[in-house]
Amino acid sequence: METMSHLPFIVGSYAAAFVIVAGLIVWVILDFRVQRRALADLERRGLTRRSTSARSEPPMTGAKA
Amino acid sequence: MALAELANPSRFLSVANRAIPWLGGVTAIAFAFGLNLAMGAPDDYQQGATVKIMFLHVPSAWLGMLGWGVMTIAALGTLVWRHPLADVAAKAAAPIGAAFTLLCLVTGSLWGRPEWGTYWVWDARLTSELVLLLLYLGVIALWRTVEDPSRAARAAAILTLVGAIDLPIIKFSVDWWNTLHQSESVFRMGGPTIYSTILIPLLVMTLAFTLLFVTLHVAAMRNEILRRRVRTLRLMQASAVS
Repeated sequence: METMSHLPFIVGSYAAAFVIVAGLIVWVILDFRVQRRALADLERRGLTRRSTSARSEPPMTGAKA
Repeated sequence: MALAELANPSRFLSVANRAIPWLGGVTAIAFAFGLNLAMGAPDDYQQGATVKIMFLHVPSAWLGMLGWGVMTIAALGTLVWRHPLADVAAKAAAPIGAAFTLLCLVTGSLWGRPEWGTYWVWDARLTSELVLLLLYLGVIALWRTVEDPSRAARAAAILTLVGAIDLPIIKFSVDWWNTLHQSESVFRMGGPTIYSTILIPLLVMTLAFTLLFVTLHVAAMRNEILRRRVRTLRLMQASAVS
């Protein structure tokens, strides 16, 4: 009886966890695709980083990648 | 491999590309195992079936604090050691930590209604957890507001270090103040006060959630490195045009 009355709170908690975790996973995957596509597009237009063209990438400093 | 080698973004991307599928697989297995244990766990003698909410609430509370802990170490890396990947790590951790802090508050409210008779009370533990969520949102807003990533990183690092004072307040709030929230029952002097039939599923679920955090964090760091490369190339393109 008590289990049944508490069931909406339990189901609600697991539903919230599913939505938040699924949201994080979808966000990470979609963001990866967007960035990879943008990078490929720029490189197709002949834009490459100096470090890439020199074939030896220096360690990243600060915010510059 | 030396940690310093990972400071090279290409090296980090190479390691991340190989590690993410494995991390994802191990995380899925840990969740399958943990959820199976959680669903089979007996009802608590006081909480009844609502103890099953604890298998989500406790790990998400831990990850909310872990996220800020990671950001605090990264903030030191940005300000003190100027570690190459520090601000990438901090920026990537913020939305993930915020999401788990939100989940902690939501599951806590859904547990509180049947157990305490209310969704919310301005209790020290609950309030300090809400402050953590607001701090996360503040840092995310700061990252989005300042256009130059290196300036944004320094500003966010300072806010992160100031906000880190909330972590011991959350942890010890139940000891320092007379709160409605229960006191520590897992990591405490004298050992856990939870019986093994509930403690073991709780620890397995905590491990599964932690693996999920690591997987998402590495993936988000990879995205952030790519985003900065895209930004650099666009700036090069713009300067070439002008």
